[in-house]
Amino acid sequence: MDSLIGITGKDFVIFVADTAQARSILKMKGDEDKIMVVDDSKMFAMAGDTGDRTTFCEYVKRNLKLYEIRSGLTLSTHAAAHWTRRALADALRQGPYETNLLFGGWDSEAGASLYYLDYLGSMHKMPFAIQGYASNFVLSIFDRYYKEDLTIPEGLDLAKLCIAELNKRFLLAQPNWAIKVIKKGDDGKASLEVIVPAKQ
Amino acid sequence: KIQIFCHQMSILQHNGSSVIAMAGKNCVAIASDTRFGIDAQTIAFDFSKVWQISDKLFVGLPGLLTDSQTFSEKLKFRVNMYRLREEREMSPRVFSNMVASLLYEKRFGPYFVEPLIAGLDDKNEPFISGMDLIGAPVLAKDFVLAGTADEAMFGMAESLWRPDLSPEDLFEVISQTLMSAFDRDAISGWGAVVHVITPDQVITRTLKTRQD
Repeated sequence: MDSLIGITGKDFVIFVADTAQARSILKMKGDEDKIMVVDDSKMFAMAGDTGDRTTFCEYVKRNLKLYEIRSGLTLSTHAAAHWTRRALADALRQGPYETNLLFGGWDSEAGASLYYLDYLGSMHKMPFAIQGYASNFVLSIFDRYYKEDLTIPEGLDLAKLCIAELNKRFLLAQPNWAIKVIKKGDDGKASLEVIVPAKQ
Repeated sequence: KIQIFCHQMSILQHNGSSVIAMAGKNCVAIASDTRFGIDAQTIAFDFSKVWQISDKLFVGLPGLLTDSQTFSEKLKFRVNMYRLREEREMSPRVFSNMVASLLYEKRFGPYFVEPLIAGLDDKNEPFISGMDLIGAPVLAKDFVLAGTADEAMFGMAESLWRPDLSPEDLFEVISQTLMSAFDRDAISGWGAVVHVITPDQVITRTLKTRQD
């Protein structure tokens, strides 16, 4: 039921997430923030039951922070994504985390990167990715309109196009969306910007 | 919501993949499709199921893609440790035995992958082998294959393969086999990558295929 959209462009990653927290047919909450910021240079967009998704992502966030404290190094997006994948894959045969994720960030080695992770632990680096039923509607829009090296305004226009399509044709009404972007800042380091907060 | 067992035959068909390895004259080739899909939906079309283990040794891991990724990481680790301890490369035959052994360790909770191994040993003799998900090996002289289009690939490979293929001919044969077969399979295809391994070099080519 969660719709998550990730877009990479020239030195930025945009995450767009719906803000509904549902239990069967009841919408418990309409201002849930499903985009968890790991640090200034990486973030998760999380889909699934609140229990598994926030527990797992907090677990990853805390471990990445611990690594940083112990070694003094911030992991690259590539390394952090692989760590996350391994955590999901190891848990699969013990007690799986039922959460599908998008993991994105910016670092100086790889630029902007976006990883699609499913709850089984399959991972793939992609220029754009969608989790949830939204993928049925929106993947083809990206195939048609996405190009390399988008600017942030172009990325947001693409996101608006996707949201408009979902509002028109997707059965579940998802009126509110949260949008965050991680981009290369003026000082050459990654910076986070909240474009549309979950609580409005 | 999370439904993986309700409407399909096997967990090996959750993602969909086709991989084939063939032997020629002093060369081997291994090829896979590049679809990354979940059930009927295609997520990406640049996910190769063949990993390079060392200079002249490749492994293809069709099946459940999370296990392909985990298992390829474990194999790389074991080969790297072997190289550090023994100060030499692991030969394809030894690697194949190791893969079979690792799979059987998980006999009652297996990795859902059906590995194919292709390489040249230190005398540049071609070596190919394949196995099922619990490590029953097949050492073939001609070709080995696995994946969701396996039956279609068998038909093509049996007709097209002949002994002592040169690297160029081997490339043609393996590409035609793979493409014709996965064109008949709904859940594999969407592009292909072919590695041809000769004593001097490895040539990797991406095929233009039907994108459906």
